[in-house]
Amino acid sequence: MNKCKFLSLPCSTKELESLNTGEMVYIKGTLITGRDAAHKRMIELIKKGQPLPVELKDQALYYVGPCPAKPGQVMGSCGPTTSSRMDVYTPMLLDLGLKIMIGKGQRDYSVIDAMIRNKAVYLAAIGGTGALLSKCVRKAKVLAFEDLGTEAIYSLTVENFPAIVAIDTKGNDLYKIGPTAFCRL
Amino acid sequence: MRKIHVNKIIDTVQRLCIDACCFLEDDVKNLLHKAYNREISELGKNILQQIQQNIHVAETETIPLCQDTGMAVVFVEIGQDVHITGGSLYDAINEGVRRGYELAFMRKSVLDPISRTNTQDNTPAVVHYNIVDGDKLRITVAPKGFGSENMSRLKMLKPAQGIEGVKKFVLDTVLKAGANPCPPIIVGVGIGGTMEKAALLAKQAILRKAGTPSKNPNIAQLEKELLDLINMSGIGPQGLGGTTTALAVHIETFPTHIAGLPVAVNIQCHVARHKQAIL
Repeated sequence: MNKCKFLSLPCSTKELESLNTGEMVYIKGTLITGRDAAHKRMIELIKKGQPLPVELKDQALYYVGPCPAKPGQVMGSCGPTTSSRMDVYTPMLLDLGLKIMIGKGQRDYSVIDAMIRNKAVYLAAIGGTGALLSKCVRKAKVLAFEDLGTEAIYSLTVENFPAIVAIDTKGNDLYKIGPTAFCRL
Repeated sequence: MRKIHVNKIIDTVQRLCIDACCFLEDDVKNLLHKAYNREISELGKNILQQIQQNIHVAETETIPLCQDTGMAVVFVEIGQDVHITGGSLYDAINEGVRRGYELAFMRKSVLDPISRTNTQDNTPAVVHYNIVDGDKLRITVAPKGFGSENMSRLKMLKPAQGIEGVKKFVLDTVLKAGANPCPPIIVGVGIGGTMEKAALLAKQAILRKAGTPSKNPNIAQLEKELLDLINMSGIGPQGLGGTTTALAVHIETFPTHIAGLPVAVNIQCHVARHKQAIL
């Protein structure tokens, strides 16, 4: 089986640099969430020179729009959404100190360049496993943009949250390496 | 004339929405299990295992399989001897969607395309009606997530491009989609008709019991050929490499015009949700 690591957030640049593409990780700690609408608003604030409602420096950002929690549940179904829709905004957030992104699907060259520049990693959670991932959430609260509903920025405290190192700090991209290794066309 | 009251339709649509989003059908489960046994990538195998665990958690706890509980696509076959009483059929379908999504704590993802203002109740549904013989009402609810819907494509090919052109377009669509539609996927292909007919055929192809070949042996052969090609792409589970990119390719065809060859590809993620009821 692929090598498996435990990642406790927040983590140092040294720890991030020790992660290699293809490794499985189990995350413990606090993530912030954000998808299309929250990204659009954050970028508008940055462009206007206004402060962001959340600190991005050294944070882990999870691209997710969860289902509402049922009574007795901390969080509803909460799997990753397609990261590439955030690509246009991401380099700017990485330059502000964002260190970890969690989502699904390939990223643009501009994102990978900004990741190498800022020593950031991109982790893939498994798309379509929102029920399973909801079991890893211990605490959830809205941090900002509450009016956006499912697209609001939440803080999620997770334990044993499974992910795969998809792009490491060196820019090695599993979305290229993986399929190339198995391609028979 | 057989009478069916709208209240029965509301209850049925409500139940189908919840069942579709939380309980996956055996056809997809079986294909995932076979894929797990066949997959040669270790990481791919691990991903397929987590997908199977997710199905188990969702069904034992009635939690939506995926947080993207989709836009509700509803196919209605109305027997010509059925009379709907107590209100409008369209309103009843939307009321069922509204209640189902609220009751089961499912995500409301539907909004105005320009203002991006959410309708707050996941309505309206996309409803397709078909009038058929008989006195029954058949309702199919297929909540469609947009990770895979966004990767779907349509092209008006030239007749000269023929079957080779069709194969190239389907394969190219899957390769371009890569990891985004959450592979392993089910590929729905519509060939023929007009532009909108091809798109509808592709959507209907996804609704077929997963892995059941076309009744037309030539089309069944084409489905097999395309599935093999797609699984040689290396994309694999979640696009991270492997031998399981698609679980099935389903093709539906319809006669077309002498000047045209419309082809639509509708991609469905592994959370292939659809539930049916006959009233």
